[in-house]
Amino acid sequence: MHISEGILPFSWALFWYLAVLPFVALGVKRLNAQAREDLSMKPLVGLLAAVVFIISCMPIPVPTAGTCSHPCGTGVAAILVGPLVSVLIAAVSLLIQALFLAHGGLSTLGANTFSMGVIGSLAGWLAFRGARRLGGSLALSGFVAGLLADWGTYAATSLILSLGIRGDAPLMPLLGRVVLAFIPTQLPLGILEGVITAGMVTLLYRKRPDLLLKMRVISEKELPSHASI
Amino acid sequence: MPQYKRRWKMLLLHMIILPTLFFGIYSFSLAPKSWEGVDEAVVEKIAKEHGREAREPLIDPGSGDLLLFGFLLAGAVGGFAAGYFWRQLITKD
Repeated sequence: MHISEGILPFSWALFWYLAVLPFVALGVKRLNAQAREDLSMKPLVGLLAAVVFIISCMPIPVPTAGTCSHPCGTGVAAILVGPLVSVLIAAVSLLIQALFLAHGGLSTLGANTFSMGVIGSLAGWLAFRGARRLGGSLALSGFVAGLLADWGTYAATSLILSLGIRGDAPLMPLLGRVVLAFIPTQLPLGILEGVITAGMVTLLYRKRPDLLLKMRVISEKELPSHASI
Repeated sequence: MPQYKRRWKMLLLHMIILPTLFFGIYSFSLAPKSWEGVDEAVVEKIAKEHGREAREPLIDPGSGDLLLFGFLLAGAVGGFAAGYFWRQLITKD
């Protein structure tokens, strides 16, 4: 989903920077508020940023398509620390990737943060909360969150790319073409991201349910009987 | 197990197994596989067709496997550190 340096025209690159700015500012504000309540939040967010950084630049070969792609990781980040802090995490990860790995670019950082950070995090968080409200287990809700965060990110990338490069051409045929080109790779990879997210949430529930309680992912009623807080 | 839970589990199972089977069979096709990243295979390719080409990055990491080696080294060091301090990581004070 990394749109490389120079692909978007200046006007669109600026537009996506402006669009993402309020979310990043709110993310910083939210993180500071959380850190005032609990000092361990900042190291935890730092750890999650490292996880998202690795996940979102790790190429995974997809034999069905003959290409490589990467999951996003913002689904699990949004579940654990909320969508606003997850936007901040995505912005930092994408900035480091753009600076040192030539993944994405500085001019397209706003656009890439919007798709992976804003859309990915919101899709993952809403899916998780929605599935939990419908009575879904942690694993199922985590799976749906990871799946929709991934697919949402790539759908947003398709739209951003199509808007930026279409010129005078009609939007919908180009958008359809980009979406179709992503499907063979991203359809299975989204399912993989769902499984990874479900696995991470379930593992945390088994090993450190107190962390999930602290981050308001579960309520006290849902704590396993062996857990101590 | 309650009926609705059984239904959810069956639905989830189908959501995973059916696409996996479909793509598993599809992957045996003889189409050439370039193993390019989708960023190049989709984003840059379609952008180029519309007259937008990717520029050189500000800090060019170069080509070849040097960067990969750096990542591998960092991964090995990080993995060793995480393994060494595993008990401190997973146990609560």
